[in-house]
Amino acid sequence: MTMMRFLMESAAVSMAELHKIARDPTEMFSRAIQPVLWLVIFGQVFSRVRDIPTGDVTYLAFMTPGILAQSVLFSAIFYGIAVIWERDLGIVQKLLVSPAHRSALVLGKALSAGLRGLVQAVIVYLVAWLLDIHLRWEIIPILEVLLAVILGSCIFSTFSLIIACIVKTRERFMGIGQVLTMPLFFASNAIYPLEMMPDWLKLVARLNPLSYLVDALRGAMILGGHSTHGLFLDFGIMVAVFLLMLVVAAKLYPGLAR
Amino acid sequence: MTAAIETSALTRRFGSFTAVNQIDLAVPQQSIYGLLGPNGAGKSTTIKMLTTLLQPSSGTAQVAGFDIVRAPVEVRRRIGYVPQMLSADGALTAIENLTLSARLYGMSAAERKTRIAEALDFSGLAEVCHKLVKTYSGGMIRRLELAQAMLHHPAILFLDEPTIGLDPVARRTVWERLQALRRDFGMTILLTTHDMEEADVLCDTLAILHQGTIGVTGSPLELKASVGPEATLDDVFVAFSGGTIQESGSYREVRQARTTMQRLG
Ligand SMILES: Nc1ncnc2c1ncn2[C@@H]1O[C@H](COP(=O)(O)OP(=O)(O)OP(=O)(O)O)[C@@H](O)[C@H]1O
Ligand SMILES: [Mg+2]
Repeated sequence: MTMMRFLMESAAVSMAELHKIARDPTEMFSRAIQPVLWLVIFGQVFSRVRDIPTGDVTYLAFMTPGILAQSVLFSAIFYGIAVIWERDLGIVQKLLVSPAHRSALVLGKALSAGLRGLVQAVIVYLVAWLLDIHLRWEIIPILEVLLAVILGSCIFSTFSLIIACIVKTRERFMGIGQVLTMPLFFASNAIYPLEMMPDWLKLVARLNPLSYLVDALRGAMILGGHSTHGLFLDFGIMVAVFLLMLVVAAKLYPGLAR
Repeated sequence: MTAAIETSALTRRFGSFTAVNQIDLAVPQQSIYGLLGPNGAGKSTTIKMLTTLLQPSSGTAQVAGFDIVRAPVEVRRRIGYVPQMLSADGALTAIENLTLSARLYGMSAAERKTRIAEALDFSGLAEVCHKLVKTYSGGMIRRLELAQAMLHHPAILFLDEPTIGLDPVARRTVWERLQALRRDFGMTILLTTHDMEEADVLCDTLAILHQGTIGVTGSPLELKASVGPEATLDDVFVAFSGGTIQESGSYREVRQARTTMQRLG
């Protein structure tokens, strides 16, 4: 009963977000640009570098899951901005005076980021298909990809929410957002294998949740691709990280009403 | 009959600054209660504590029969709140805003339908309910916010400057709506205002807050009589807050108008 109630509260928030997403197709379009640029320009150039050990797959195929993970990260990480905006307007306060569970509100936001992530996935699949990258089109791997994308979006949007709760102003958020996304992206296995990194960076990449998203995607998305840790571990770690973020965010979120 | 809201030495500090200092309020059931006071007097801070958005530093308060610190969820179930800022979501339609609220208050689909119809009727927004809120006028947004806040038939409504930035007609419409809520649903209403006419016409009881403490409480009539035979509420305000209304209104209005612009833009 309480569980039902909880899920309904989350769904309420997600559905409101969904209406906004559906209303802004141009946003979808502009979000498509970045992955296209990475795959078409960066990917084409780096394909010529023979020394990148990508296993049985081409470099372009190798980086495709990384680019999907990147676009998930980049779109989710600015979720906090929207929340700060909502706080300045009084929308957050309105949500918080309702009897809804705080973590349900946070989960609702996260799930809507997941929905946005799914759109990113569709875009990257489309671009990859046009570039003739060999993808796995079976149903189970695709579901794995979608689930991984939702989880990744949930993690990074909630992370973003936590930062928003701490910094509370747009200016500071923009600063921190920039400072965080690039290292998260580059200190991961998104566009080069971990083996190429110096040891200290390997360690950072291992602690970086993005690496597990990329690893899961690499196993499920491309023909001949394989996941280093295995899907089970990748998903396990992502779920654990998300739950931790959810708990922290639910604790901090009410502080935004001050 | 017990009071709808009762506070005892309610206090909130921000660092070393005391925004609300040991206030004792008793708001009778089904009354319209006005909190007045110059900018920074602590009105919004008081409302935020009573609506469980802000933890008190010390003191206690009972809202709708529940302690705000020990039973915040029970309090939240029984109150509605319209913040000082414009809080309806401009990127959604009126229906979508109302649906969100209805779901957060755990209403079933059938209940949602009737309550939302009732709220649209109440706010006079039925015809525009599928338009985006950012296309609404300030008055329409306020009415929508009221509709959102009354959707679950709360026992107590908290309104932080409900008519700020509204034209005289829109302002009167809000007054009528508030009186209707009290009449039809027996709601208790606590509002803050800088508008002396609003305080005079709408409120049964006023409390004047000054630097976090309550200067005086009473009905508009009592307060005016206490200052002098010819006194207006303006005189009362000046006498008990040591400020002038002209000074206090302006920046706030500018700020509010700006918020409205951003909201609509
Ligand atoms: N989160 C906060 N941190 C620090 N100080 C705060 C905070 N919120 C309010 N204050 C301070 O507390 C005092 C009371 O603020 P409050 O918003 O309650 O005033 P108010 O009576 O609602 O004024 P106004 O008429 O301008 O809305 C102000 O001096 C304000 O600067
Ligand atoms: Mg205020």
